[in-house]
Amino acid sequence: MNLYGVRAIYLFEMARMWRTLMQSLASPILTTSLYFVVFGAAIGSRMGEIDGISYASFIVPGLLMLSLLGESISNASFGIYFPKFSGSIYELLSAPVSPIEIVVGYVGAAATKSVILGLLILATARLFVDYEIMHPVWMVTFLLLTATTFSLFGFVIGLWADDFQKLQIIPMMVIMPLTFLGGAFYSINMLPPFWQKVTLFNPVVYLVSGFRWSFYGVADVNVVVSVAMIFVFMLICLSAIWWIFKSGYRLKS
Amino acid sequence: MESVISIKNLNKTYGTGLRALNNINLDIRRGEIFALLGPNGAGKTTLISVICGIVTPSGGTVLVDGHDILSDFRAARSKIGLVPQELANAPFESVLATLKFSRGLFGKPDNPAIIEKLLRDLSLWDKRHEKIMALSGGMKRRVLIAKALVHEPEILFLDEPTAGVDVELRHDMWDMVRDLRANGVTIILTTHYIDEAEEMADRIGVINNGEIGVVEDKTVLMNKLGKKQLTLTLQQPLSNIPNELTNYPLTLSADGNCLTYTFDVHQEHTGIPELLRKLGKHDIDFKDLHSSESSLEDIFVSLVKDKS
Ligand SMILES: Nc1ncnc2c1ncn2[C@@H]1O[C@H](COP(=O)(O)OP(=O)(O)OP(=O)(O)O)[C@@H](O)[C@H]1O
Ligand SMILES: [Mg+2]
Repeated sequence: MNLYGVRAIYLFEMARMWRTLMQSLASPILTTSLYFVVFGAAIGSRMGEIDGISYASFIVPGLLMLSLLGESISNASFGIYFPKFSGSIYELLSAPVSPIEIVVGYVGAAATKSVILGLLILATARLFVDYEIMHPVWMVTFLLLTATTFSLFGFVIGLWADDFQKLQIIPMMVIMPLTFLGGAFYSINMLPPFWQKVTLFNPVVYLVSGFRWSFYGVADVNVVVSVAMIFVFMLICLSAIWWIFKSGYRLKS
Repeated sequence: MESVISIKNLNKTYGTGLRALNNINLDIRRGEIFALLGPNGAGKTTLISVICGIVTPSGGTVLVDGHDILSDFRAARSKIGLVPQELANAPFESVLATLKFSRGLFGKPDNPAIIEKLLRDLSLWDKRHEKIMALSGGMKRRVLIAKALVHEPEILFLDEPTAGVDVELRHDMWDMVRDLRANGVTIILTTHYIDEAEEMADRIGVINNGEIGVVEDKTVLMNKLGKKQLTLTLQQPLSNIPNELTNYPLTLSADGNCLTYTFDVHQEHTGIPELLRKLGKHDIDFKDLHSSESSLEDIFVSLVKDKS
């Protein structure tokens, strides 16, 4: 195990975040704050409670998840895409580091950033709404698992993408719709029965539901199912990465 | 002599179907400077990339200091430093940060003293806090060299290290390479400047169309293939070479003013006295004569021509 190698990658990536602190943290925090103002304060004041929770509080976990997903994907995908783009990937490929060590370094750094961001958003939300955290340990667990899983997913996208457009297209075309339809702004019980069934194919529903449960003890789907789904998705991402390194796909000729 | 890199039956066919390496067998000796020469597209970079782990071989084996590059990649790669042909750098990082990164990546703990010495040797110390994109091309190349050396490799690959580098820096680099060799580092370099290979290399390998042609000690290669030429400037232009002299390797310049005789350096009889006597018999007078030795460049050109 090349621990110095993992550490070098991790610190290098974290340094990149400190350097671009404004983009990395400020803009997601600003966006979520706007959501809180518009949906929480303005619209939320006209909405009834959902499952006995005020609308503004209800959307806190979902909004946090939304940022967490987006940031995890963009951090991790950019982290590995950029060396491919600048050509400096040659060093990574010629260094005595194994694929696992590369993944731990890059995904670890991306997930760390996302978790830091998640906690900052949580603190920001406090300025706008009151919320409680019923199961803090589970809350942190969901935070870590989601950040890791979607950083893995971002890493896959970064490996796959061979131009900047492809880097954007999956987050734009797939993740955005899935998160908006993932129950961040509503309970899926509010949907007609048919759409409730369709929604169950959306992995984000499980994340948001589980995460919200850790806050308020209410969930759209069983928490165990939520956790299981995260692991399934994580496994899919890990297999994809394993295959990419094994075959050299888009990394080596 | 003990070989530090041992390449056996190495093949590489790219996804495009292009066969870039064709059954390469080559041994690099410990501590030598080996120059790999060949025209554009010959397969030099591909060969280096396979050894360093950047390109997957299609067949064959490569041992680096006894370690297989695939099954024992950690041991193999940690001995190697690579300066790539392309200027590939993380543009937004500082010089110091990339060096720290490189050293860590190769499994070594941070060592500010080594980094400082390297940066001073390469005249980059003043630039250590600059972002790489703010450096000139020559400086960027020196950063790449520093990155390749920062983990103290035993083997250094230099893929056209002096392309686009000014004369002074070129000589600095040559000095640096000699110092490295004095410290026991094995160096493999590719270059299009023959004088560079002539100046630096202990041995020379010629690669063309993915095949290794000649591999020889530089001096042996030059002696073996080295030809001398005797050029005679004539008093009166000649319209053609007299019949009796046509079996001599003589060429007449277009204007008929110069006669060139090519001979082998190592033959005991150069045939010059005889030739001169015969020229006298034909009343061919000359006002000047000089001889020249073929350079590695001529040798190289003739080798590549022979092959294709
Ligand atoms: N990634 C790749 N995919 C397909 N073909 C490639 C790839 N890289 C190189 N080639 C081809 O392989 C052959 C050898 O290329 P290589 O880069 O090894 O040559 P070279 O000897 O380094 O040339 P140069 O002196 O121009 O650097 C060339 O015909 C090139 O077009
Ligand atoms: Mg090349």
